[in-house]
Amino acid sequence: MNKKTLLATCCVALMGMTGVAHADLAVGIAGPMTGQYASNGDQIRKGAEQAVADINAKGGVLGQKLKLEVGDDACDPKQAVSVANTMVNKKIVFMHGHWCSSSTIPASDVYNESQILMATVSTNPKVTDRGLKNIFRIMGSDDQQGKVGGDYIADHMQGKKVAVLDDKSAYGKGLADEIAKELAVKSITPVLRESITAGEKDYTGIISKLKTASVDVLAYGGYHTEVALLLRQAEQADLKLTVISGDTMTNSELVTAAGPAANNVMFTFAPDPRKNADSAAVVKEFRDAGVEPEGYVLYAYAAMQLFADAANKAGSVKYTDLRKAMASNTFNTVVGPLSFDDKGNLKSPGFVMYKWQDGKYDSVQ
Amino acid sequence: MAQALQQLINGLTLGSVYGLIAIGYTMVYGIIGMINFAHGDVYMVSAFIAVTTFTLLAALGVSSVPLALLVVLVVAVLFTSAYGWTVERTAYRPLRNSTRLAPLISAIGMSIFLQNMVQVTQGARVKPVPPMLSDGITLFTSGSYSVRISSAQILIIVLTVVLMAGFTWLITRTAFGRQQRACEQDRLVTAFLGYNVDRIISLTFMIGAALAAVAGVMVTMYYGVVDFYIGFVAGIKAFTAAVLGGVGSLPGAMLGGLIIGLLESFWASYLSPEYKDIGTFVILIMVLMFRPSGLLGRPEVEKV
Repeated sequence: MNKKTLLATCCVALMGMTGVAHADLAVGIAGPMTGQYASNGDQIRKGAEQAVADINAKGGVLGQKLKLEVGDDACDPKQAVSVANTMVNKKIVFMHGHWCSSSTIPASDVYNESQILMATVSTNPKVTDRGLKNIFRIMGSDDQQGKVGGDYIADHMQGKKVAVLDDKSAYGKGLADEIAKELAVKSITPVLRESITAGEKDYTGIISKLKTASVDVLAYGGYHTEVALLLRQAEQADLKLTVISGDTMTNSELVTAAGPAANNVMFTFAPDPRKNADSAAVVKEFRDAGVEPEGYVLYAYAAMQLFADAANKAGSVKYTDLRKAMASNTFNTVVGPLSFDDKGNLKSPGFVMYKWQDGKYDSVQ
Repeated sequence: MAQALQQLINGLTLGSVYGLIAIGYTMVYGIIGMINFAHGDVYMVSAFIAVTTFTLLAALGVSSVPLALLVVLVVAVLFTSAYGWTVERTAYRPLRNSTRLAPLISAIGMSIFLQNMVQVTQGARVKPVPPMLSDGITLFTSGSYSVRISSAQILIIVLTVVLMAGFTWLITRTAFGRQQRACEQDRLVTAFLGYNVDRIISLTFMIGAALAAVAGVMVTMYYGVVDFYIGFVAGIKAFTAAVLGGVGSLPGAMLGGLIIGLLESFWASYLSPEYKDIGTFVILIMVLMFRPSGLLGRPEVEKV
């Protein structure tokens, strides 16, 4: 074989390889895969992996197989931006993430510049309020969930002393502010409005303060790890607290860390998608694989369904076509039908109140 | 008034933990003049050993809490002392006669190594332990406020007092204590007198690690969650306690720990929990401005 033929063979081989590589469509997920909120990132990954496997088993999207790229932002805004840049370099066409609002907000600017569509479960109103065109939220936002939380306190806990506490994160402070706003509408004045530092272990100071003010109901904006610590330390101080919080309390680690005190936690979350008739087959698939599809698992699954449907409807994965399809259709997913308004918010979001009881959560009236 | 008393109890508990860790910093500084930045992470390792042992005992069906605690304490102290010894042997002894900065850098390296090792082998998630000893005694009730001390808090405070008493006896009354103090004053002369300086230094590291292990077990039991990052914050606080009390002074370390624990508790409860760390460190700066050698530290006398 002379040099020329060798070169030509190489060229053909190379083209063949790029051809194969091109046949995979990269889609991304990002969230806290490590760090103290890692179990939530794990839920997202399990949901997305299953969805991608199912979509590929049915022939993929537009004849191309999906390839899942996983990014770990550890809920750190700086790391989220670098994950976003990595994802852009991996040429993803769709992103499900990030999870923490404080990560989603800076990362979404990166995706927006590179024209990558994203579907997120971050609930802070700022996620969709900044006029970005590439972002769709497949869950309600904190003003909606704060309203449900505030109303519940006003309707079911009359005459109780309420304190509002947050962990200074974008999500936590946003949610606590919205609950406080709704309480003000119902002319309930919280006896305390404070912030704590997430990641610490000793909250006995704030517990003493709550006890002095004889607080019965703690409206908390933040994540489950701090709630577990607050509840344990309240129990040691003999303070009976009912915690009202948001969607982050779906995590069963709360029960392991707080013990029986977790029964005092109530939280707002979208209606349980596990109870949808449409999701029964997928729920069974997860349970057969040994994964309980709690919290964000089915949302991650739904996000991938959303992308696949939108791409099939648009007949392309180009940003403008996808965006148009996403904005103008209703999609049937495992979390129910999804359709979006101009800002990218869900048209009909629902939040219901849940309560932990002996290791399981269920909706309450 | 009732709230103040409650915060006094909470602050003493927190301060005891800081104090136990601070002793490790101050002892090592006293004997070889370096800050062992890996000490906070040795404490973190002990908390993980505690979680593992608790889980193992639960799996074996040990349901008696006092027995479980005793076993966990013994196991954690033994293994953590081994860690303390290994850290000294591998990271500091080879650098004993090099520049002052070399062991400092290897200490930081050791700290990062331990953190990452635990993160990789144990996972980055928070490890919870089911609540135990969460019952307690109501001391008195004023109005609607009842001042409570939980069994865990009693255990932490009592254990710290006992350990401190034993430790003071060890340093002031025993042969090892005399050798240890001799080493602090002059390592070379101690060696001339026929004592094995390396052995004394190794033992010092092991004692520091053992005290940190007790703190680690107590924290695991009291707060119920540990993660690979707890050594950093606790290390910084305990180091601050050692500096506040006067680096090199053993009662100073305990005093510094208690002051910081109380400061944090009262600040969080009466002022704002958001700004308690700022409060703590402002006090530290003020103390160092007026007493650069710390509260109980002796000013260094320049040897000619």
